[in-house]
Amino acid sequence: MSFFGSSAGASSVSPEDMQRNKEAFMSSVRNEMALANAQQLINKCNEKCFQKCVTKPGTSLSGSEETCLSRCIDRYLEAFNVVSRAYTDRLKERQERP
Amino acid sequence: MDAFPQKELATFVENEQAQQRLNSSIHTFTDMCWDKCVTGLPSTQFSRSEASCLSNCVNRFLDTSLFLVKKIEEQREASRN
Repeated sequence: MSFFGSSAGASSVSPEDMQRNKEAFMSSVRNEMALANAQQLINKCNEKCFQKCVTKPGTSLSGSEETCLSRCIDRYLEAFNVVSRAYTDRLKERQERP
Repeated sequence: MDAFPQKELATFVENEQAQQRLNSSIHTFTDMCWDKCVTGLPSTQFSRSEASCLSNCVNRFLDTSLFLVKKIEEQREASRN
């Protein structure tokens, strides 16, 4: 049975099964994208916050470094949201009056 | 008997790709504008100036891009005459 239910043996696959296959495919694509997105955000956040908070790496993370890192992570995510809103607002504005 | 007609699949893929392009622009802008706007150590919340810097940063970057295109068009126009 092919993923899209278009194989020769399609007669054995009910329309409900096909619909379910289709939905499973679409949600797996969306999940993959969300995962890739989250990974990219985590990587960037790690890079930026390491750069900002761990200026002289010691034998372990100090308390103040950890404080800085946890604030930095919150701020980076907030920055992502601010940027996201600014960009989507701009796109919306352009769509309304190009 | 195809659960996923070619056309519907194409639309789905196109939409997801557009969404992905949007996401990746947001990542790029966040990276760029973070460096420009968040200069000190991160505090418990953004100052008013940091928050407005971030959204100005996105908008001015897009303005820059439009400006650049306009400029190049003008130059091309000028060199043609």
